[in-house]
Amino acid sequence: MELDAALLSRLQFAFTVSFHIIFPSITIGLATLIAIWEGLWLKTQNPLYLQLAKFWIKPFAITFGMGVVSGIVLSYEFGTNFSEFSRLTGAVIGPLMAYEVLTAFFLEAGFLGIMLFGWQRVGPKLHFFATVVVAIGTWISAFWIIAANSWMHTPAGHIVVDGVFQVESWWQVIFNPSMPYRFSHMLLAAFITATFVVLATSAWQLRHSEHKAMARKGLSMTLWLALVLTPLQAFVGDLHGLNVKQHQPVKLAAMEGIWPERESGAPLLLFAIPDRQAEKNHFEIGIPKLASLILTHDADGELMGLKAVPADERPNVAVVFFSFRLMVGIGLLMILVAVAGAYLRWRGTLYHSRGFLTLCSYLAPSGILAVLAGWYVVEVGRQPWLVQGLVRTIDVVSPLPPERVLLSLTLFVITYSLLFAVYLYFMHKLIKKGPPSLEQLQQQRIGVKAAGYAVALAKQLKPAQE
Amino acid sequence: MELQLGLPLFYFLLLGFAILMYVLLDGFDLGIGILYPWFNSEAEHDHLMRSVSHVWDGNETWLVFGGVILFGAFPAAYASIASLLYLPIMLMLIGLIFRGVAFEYRFKSQRSKIWWNRAFAIGSSSAAFCQGLMLGVLVQGVDSNSLQTSSLQWLTPFSLFTGLAVMAGYALLGCTYLTMKSRGALQQKAARYGQRLLLFVMLAMLLVSLWTLYSQAPIRSRWFGGSYSVLLMLLPLTAVIAARLLFRDLGRVQRQFAAATDINSRHESRPFWLAATLFLLAFAGLVVGLYPYLLPRQLSFYAAAAPDSSLAFMLPGIVIFLPLILAYTLWGYHIFRGKVEDYEEGY
Repeated sequence: MELDAALLSRLQFAFTVSFHIIFPSITIGLATLIAIWEGLWLKTQNPLYLQLAKFWIKPFAITFGMGVVSGIVLSYEFGTNFSEFSRLTGAVIGPLMAYEVLTAFFLEAGFLGIMLFGWQRVGPKLHFFATVVVAIGTWISAFWIIAANSWMHTPAGHIVVDGVFQVESWWQVIFNPSMPYRFSHMLLAAFITATFVVLATSAWQLRHSEHKAMARKGLSMTLWLALVLTPLQAFVGDLHGLNVKQHQPVKLAAMEGIWPERESGAPLLLFAIPDRQAEKNHFEIGIPKLASLILTHDADGELMGLKAVPADERPNVAVVFFSFRLMVGIGLLMILVAVAGAYLRWRGTLYHSRGFLTLCSYLAPSGILAVLAGWYVVEVGRQPWLVQGLVRTIDVVSPLPPERVLLSLTLFVITYSLLFAVYLYFMHKLIKKGPPSLEQLQQQRIGVKAAGYAVALAKQLKPAQE
Repeated sequence: MELQLGLPLFYFLLLGFAILMYVLLDGFDLGIGILYPWFNSEAEHDHLMRSVSHVWDGNETWLVFGGVILFGAFPAAYASIASLLYLPIMLMLIGLIFRGVAFEYRFKSQRSKIWWNRAFAIGSSSAAFCQGLMLGVLVQGVDSNSLQTSSLQWLTPFSLFTGLAVMAGYALLGCTYLTMKSRGALQQKAARYGQRLLLFVMLAMLLVSLWTLYSQAPIRSRWFGGSYSVLLMLLPLTAVIAARLLFRDLGRVQRQFAAATDINSRHESRPFWLAATLFLLAFAGLVVGLYPYLLPRQLSFYAAAAPDSSLAFMLPGIVIFLPLILAYTLWGYHIFRGKVEDYEEGY
């Protein structure tokens, strides 16, 4: 088989970005939750909140570390594998990423050390401050990277001079048409991902660990959060879909599996097998007129189909179509679980419903899967374009010898597979080990058992002796 | 002319600052990883890891910062340098991944500890080596047709040597950092290795300088061709003085320990700053030779610069946030000041 450098570069980028996105999706929400628990602890002095914060800070640390190391790769991969893209759009994308580093990466890194290692070095309020700053840093980071990504979907505010992109209005570049929707959708997705990781773990702890009080607190809180966030996400996702319909109709047609140039009264397909060659679907199962009703608010509304554009301007329909169904399916399941949880709580049997708790504990990766599926809808749906309608992916790949890309891709696959296994192993280990006990926390607070305490005491005593 | 060059020149200097900050900061924590195999006991390894576990992440952020400044301010240079140096960059990134996760996993492991020790040492060493290799490529220059990226021009005896030299330099920084952050036998070891590494680093700097002057006519004429040559001679002169002081301080730390007297804390911390000064001088010497090129004699910074609309947009961000970043970074170091044993606490 002939090796194709372009295909290999795309595979490598898809693989490395997919791997990376797992970790920030968890840390954005988890940092926020830890900050909330720490704040609640300071306010109420309820040690269960401190226990939650101290327990989750370890999984947070390893997840954050994985995000950092896999993120550095991406900041160089634009240039190594898509050099022509970097040259053409660097003046637009580069400054956005520079702002991400200036306003978020340094902030997170600068305060993370204090958040993780500074319990004994700074007071509780300053420690809380550091945690809050880390959480805010993760949001800011998401803001800039989503702005850059959204510009590639709905470019605005630029002019092209000698084939190279320049910026006319930074406001329009940053707040391009899809940015507000994508940003809200992604941020909510990250909160929900962390919510379900904590929810699943708490449900498991409630059945298998001795720290039942903490588990109850964690479960109760995350179920309330899920009850608010998951329907909100469905609403925001719907708005985002309407935005896609307006700006990227071909992607929407792929999501819905619509082939005819124009189709009125389009059904909502629950299942189908899209066929690019035959330009139609096989084995369609759908609800008549529902897609039109949702997307145009009119049962006979007209939607644009894939055949409206030439075959070489269509994405890989099957990937988009199935990823979209997977994402929506997981979303619906999450809403269902949140509602069922609320019902059980109202019945007063939440903490004893074995079936429900078992179901919850299997949902730990649900958010991550939904984020990945959503990401494929968005990114594969934009192909063959890298910048929608302006830059084709195939035209801007680095002219590298394919063997070299194959080598780096192989190294990444080996490295990341290994690391992912290790990550899961340590997450499992940390969760099994459980939090520090309440007595331990109490002693740490007074300082008796705190590591470093003796040294600090000795330091205080020294001047007194002199 | 002045005005047109103003913004690109600012970003050229900023890029230099970012690279220098990266080399100094990640230099010492990569250096700790390079030194790792020369320390044997688990207690020593714990100490080495602890001394940098709260700062490596921030230090590495300067690498990302350098990358995105190159991307945003000099897109054409970012595009050609990154694809030209494809393999060394990829190997460096993979090295950085392994040593980065080693921080997280080593303290949580028992049976697999030895593997995280290896990941930390090999990852740090290979990342440093790749960086030195890339430095060598930028110094020796590349043919204009080599932007056809199939070439392997980055692999020469010279670049292999600069790879080793940068490893030694980082290890030296690591030794001086350890001298500042430790006590007793460990400190003595660091000071002793530091002296040996210093000799090698000075020799390497001399060889690289002579080779460059011999083989690169434009750089030779820059150093010896003008009335400012005398001023430029201050660079190597200051370097020799700094090295002399550094060698003496590291010796004093050992003698005071041997004589069982209290070690003068100035002699403990000054080596780090002297080593940093050596790096600064070497870097200045590099810039003297290369200015105004980002890719030697092919792509100058003003030819590669992004349009003013982009450069002006980043300016307020840099002017406001860079001082803040420096302030809270410094504050972070201040909070964890003193010897490693004194802030021993996990999370």
